[in-house]
Amino acid sequence: MKFTLSWLKDHLDTDASLEQIVERLTSIGLEVESVDDKAALKPFVIAKVLTASRHPDADKLQVLTVDTGDGKPVQVVCGAPNARAGLIGAFAAPGAYVPGIDVTLSVGKIRGVESHGMMCSERELQLSDEHNGIIDLPADAPVGTSFATYAQLDDPVIEINLTPNRPDATSVHGIARDLAASGLGKLIYGAVEPVDGEGACPVKVSIEAPELCPGFALRLVRGVNNGPSPKWMQQRLLAIGLRPINALVDITNYVTFDRGRPLHVFDAKKVAGNLVVRRGRDGDKVMALDGREYVLTPEMCVIADDNGVESIAGIMGGEHSGCDENTTDVLIESALWDPITTARTGRALGIITDARYRFERGVDPEFMVPGVELATKLVLELCGGQPTKTDVTGYAGYTAKVVSLPLSEIKRLTGIEVPKAESLAILTRLGFMPKGDGDVVDVTVPSWRPDVDGKADLVEEVMRIHGVDNIAPQPLGAHDAVNGKILTTLQIRTRSARRALAVRGMMEAVTWSFIPAKHAELFGGGQDSLKLSNPIASDMSDMRPSLLPGLIAAAQRNADRGLSDVALFEVSGVYENDTAEGQRRVAAGVRRGTAKLEGSGRNWSGNSGNVGVFDAKADAIAALEACGAPIDRLQIEIGAPAWYHPGRSGVIKLGPKVVLGTFGEFHPRTLEGLDVSGPLCGFEVYVDAVPEPKAKPTKTKPKLELSAFQAVKRDFAFVVDKAVEAGTLTRAALAADKKLITAVSVFDIFEGASLGEGKKSIAIEVSIQPVEKTLTDQDFEALAARIIDNVKKQTGGVLRS
Amino acid sequence: MSDLETLEQSLLSDIASAADEQAIEAVRVAALGKKGSVSEMLKTLGAMSPEERQTKGPVINGLKNRVTDALTARKSELRDVAINARLIAEKVDVTLPVRQSPAERGRIHPISQVIDEIAAIFGDLGFAIAEGPDVETDHYNFTALNFPEGHPAREMHDTFFFPPDANGERKLLRTHTSPVQIRTMETQKPPIRIVIPGKTYRQDSDATHSPMFHQVEGLVIDKTANIANMKWVLEEFCKAFFEVPSVKMRFRPSFFPFTEPSLEVDIQCDRSRPGEVRFGEGNDWMEILGCGMVHPNVLRHGGLDPDEYQGFAWGMGIDRIAMLKYGMPDLRAFFDADVRWLQHYGFRPLDIPTLFGGLSA
Repeated sequence: MKFTLSWLKDHLDTDASLEQIVERLTSIGLEVESVDDKAALKPFVIAKVLTASRHPDADKLQVLTVDTGDGKPVQVVCGAPNARAGLIGAFAAPGAYVPGIDVTLSVGKIRGVESHGMMCSERELQLSDEHNGIIDLPADAPVGTSFATYAQLDDPVIEINLTPNRPDATSVHGIARDLAASGLGKLIYGAVEPVDGEGACPVKVSIEAPELCPGFALRLVRGVNNGPSPKWMQQRLLAIGLRPINALVDITNYVTFDRGRPLHVFDAKKVAGNLVVRRGRDGDKVMALDGREYVLTPEMCVIADDNGVESIAGIMGGEHSGCDENTTDVLIESALWDPITTARTGRALGIITDARYRFERGVDPEFMVPGVELATKLVLELCGGQPTKTDVTGYAGYTAKVVSLPLSEIKRLTGIEVPKAESLAILTRLGFMPKGDGDVVDVTVPSWRPDVDGKADLVEEVMRIHGVDNIAPQPLGAHDAVNGKILTTLQIRTRSARRALAVRGMMEAVTWSFIPAKHAELFGGGQDSLKLSNPIASDMSDMRPSLLPGLIAAAQRNADRGLSDVALFEVSGVYENDTAEGQRRVAAGVRRGTAKLEGSGRNWSGNSGNVGVFDAKADAIAALEACGAPIDRLQIEIGAPAWYHPGRSGVIKLGPKVVLGTFGEFHPRTLEGLDVSGPLCGFEVYVDAVPEPKAKPTKTKPKLELSAFQAVKRDFAFVVDKAVEAGTLTRAALAADKKLITAVSVFDIFEGASLGEGKKSIAIEVSIQPVEKTLTDQDFEALAARIIDNVKKQTGGVLRS
Repeated sequence: MSDLETLEQSLLSDIASAADEQAIEAVRVAALGKKGSVSEMLKTLGAMSPEERQTKGPVINGLKNRVTDALTARKSELRDVAINARLIAEKVDVTLPVRQSPAERGRIHPISQVIDEIAAIFGDLGFAIAEGPDVETDHYNFTALNFPEGHPAREMHDTFFFPPDANGERKLLRTHTSPVQIRTMETQKPPIRIVIPGKTYRQDSDATHSPMFHQVEGLVIDKTANIANMKWVLEEFCKAFFEVPSVKMRFRPSFFPFTEPSLEVDIQCDRSRPGEVRFGEGNDWMEILGCGMVHPNVLRHGGLDPDEYQGFAWGMGIDRIAMLKYGMPDLRAFFDADVRWLQHYGFRPLDIPTLFGGLSA
């Protein structure tokens, strides 16, 4: 919403400065977006050409002496054909910035003759496109004074960023009302006097869609002379960015801003028959005033005559019945339009107009008829003519809302005590009508405030006018104890997983929740219920089923920039379905190139090899450990999802059912589908699948039992079939004596012809911790026999000879 | 010179000239071994008369002791030499670089770090952290938050929608973290003090808008919480978050469907230095958050009686306050996973924000 200071002062009697007004507007909730104080025009003064003679070296230039008002004429070289002795125009001295040519003037020589300034054209001052000559002012223009002031171009323009709840402030009058209520001057009421008319309006209106049009006022003015509007009106419209068209159109625009009352004018001679307000019909089209054709639907409201659609209700009129300089009979429309339909129609057609802006917020129904009267008055003043009576159709009148306001509510919600008298005075100045003497008053809401429904709304009115700055901060009641834990288990695990993975040299990425459909499909997603209907880009269409595609693509982007060894992770949401429960919390990571835990690339102490399945496995287990998963009970199995390399990937489980994660290298087809290359591995663990820790009555740790007997290590090497998994073998060894054997580790894997076809050797180190007595040789032999026995039973392996 | 003296001189000379531990051991065996020259001498004592033994004994034993001492001393000398030689041989170039520790290489994304900073501050004020799903229903994202059907405010949100289901209802990506207000009210009785960090989505993209961004929402509901308390909480937060002793904030009346009264908050700052914003000084105002008293209709939708309970809520952009505090110029880079950016703007994994240690290092 834009307006000028002088326009505001038509409605507000105030001595306040521009700065005060701007500051107050913001502080009462009408946030000032920008102020143009027209300082750019300050350097230009009115000056008179005393003499003009031909430039000695240029046919098209003249050398002028110019009186700028200080009694010392200056010499100016000028190329304008209308420059002549006696002309009074706008002069810019050296040092002035001329916006139209983007030049700061200095004393210069033009073809050998010094020039001490410039006589300017309208275009050079960015007043218009006029550049056929310099500005030519009437003979009584006061030489030496400000050109902007003389031409009334120094009127500051204020733009406010209006919140959608304030239709009343879409008018200069409404803004003045708010400022007056805040004590910054007096509102000039400017009641609209009805203009008498003769005879009924010959064009009748029938409303076939009353739910979309709660009222329609129409009046005909015959015999108008539609020339340009007066300069003062043109200047105000230009100042707020509107192009003057002709008096009739300019009047509608003027009233739209002056009173927040959009109007439309039809050239009555172009209207065939009567007007019908109805929903659009399939096949309806209209060429609108913006010169574009729009196709209308039954969700939209239109005004039609016998020729078809003449106007898109509340948004834009049609070109066919628009007013131009030949218009002699004008129909003035002031109607009410359903806000939601107006908003939807405007959105669907992509039309933003000042009318839509107001109707979708809600136009004051009680100003529908005064709107016609005001417009008629202006038409008669500017264009002449004879009006008919105003014909009002469908308007049932306005029933005011009454809100019961306990005055204590102001203190309850804001924390500040506003005296009752002041509260009531504020409401009254805003146009509310409070009634009652008690602590609860009934407040009648004015017709221009559809946003006010309840007592909280009235509290806001009192608060913003009384001044938010008057509310002193008060501490929120302190808690009476040391703060307890504020995070949920899931939140703690999310944080721990992040720090644990970062400590492993990985960098945390935040990638898009929506990914290309193809990527989603490669990772088990892509279902319709998780596809956006209106993605911002075609490759951001599907909610991700996994963090991996985003991370792999990110790794590739880095590789494309020459950073081929990267380790990235993310702890965030993935989407299995569109329910709240279907959003899983996942920790995932990828390593690319040689980005191993200990470092990447070449090094004098040994180069890093390519990343692989075991790097991913170690990351996965580290993440799970940080999440508090019982690491000693994890089961590693084959059978990871299809996007992994089937022989170099695994699933991490807890018991037969709970899948905690997957890890591995990727299937070549997956990488192909993602259009990436290079050594890559990755993992994904479900943070939300890790079981909650059991609540314990105490934080005491179990007693530390230290054996008095020396721990011993024994090595075994077994020859097994190649298919036997090391995990099976170590579990078998561990199970041989759960009391004595504390750990089993694999220290060598060997395959060779000496072992026989399809065989391999697995060497393990068994840690034995005697608990009751030092073990004898016989004890060790018996234990070894049990280990060998159990391994044979579980894996078919035999001790390597 | 007696035989003994000759022997002693010869042995001591051998000891002195022994060049390594092996040579010295050979000398020892030749002198003090079973058949060694000194041992042989000692054996002759047994055959001597007591008188002769009395004079010869000390002489031979004296010889033995002197040779033993000399051997020990020379051995020690030689070990020192050997150790020194080994140390010289073992010398390496200690200027060779070692690999950087993984904990130094890893990075935490600024968004995660700032969320941890927010949690540290609000944890101190007695707030819990709440979360909710990104894929939301129209009810939680709009209707329950008092966005009337068709209201322009609803359209200002540029919502991402999913296709309608069998009942014609379409889910959406939440446009703000406010749905969690309702979800919390539905499951928790007041007093409520929560902050809600999370991902939010709007169809918008430029240097300061991203189709995915992060918000943090705050909600306080009890029987007394008012705007004066809200001002205090937000001022305390800004001071703590931006780590400045004082901030000047401007509360402007504004409009949000889910609060009434509603306010927008600007923070005073100095933006005169390129690429840097200083808070607590300067002449600029920068909008950083929206807030207000929870609208009575929102309380009702959350199952609370607005005449019994009241409270305030606020929301602000995590990415935005991260950019302001740490000077990142472009929001789009947040989601690009460029490791050069992460390395530069990210945080070390062990820099965990706390109030007792200062939020940032």
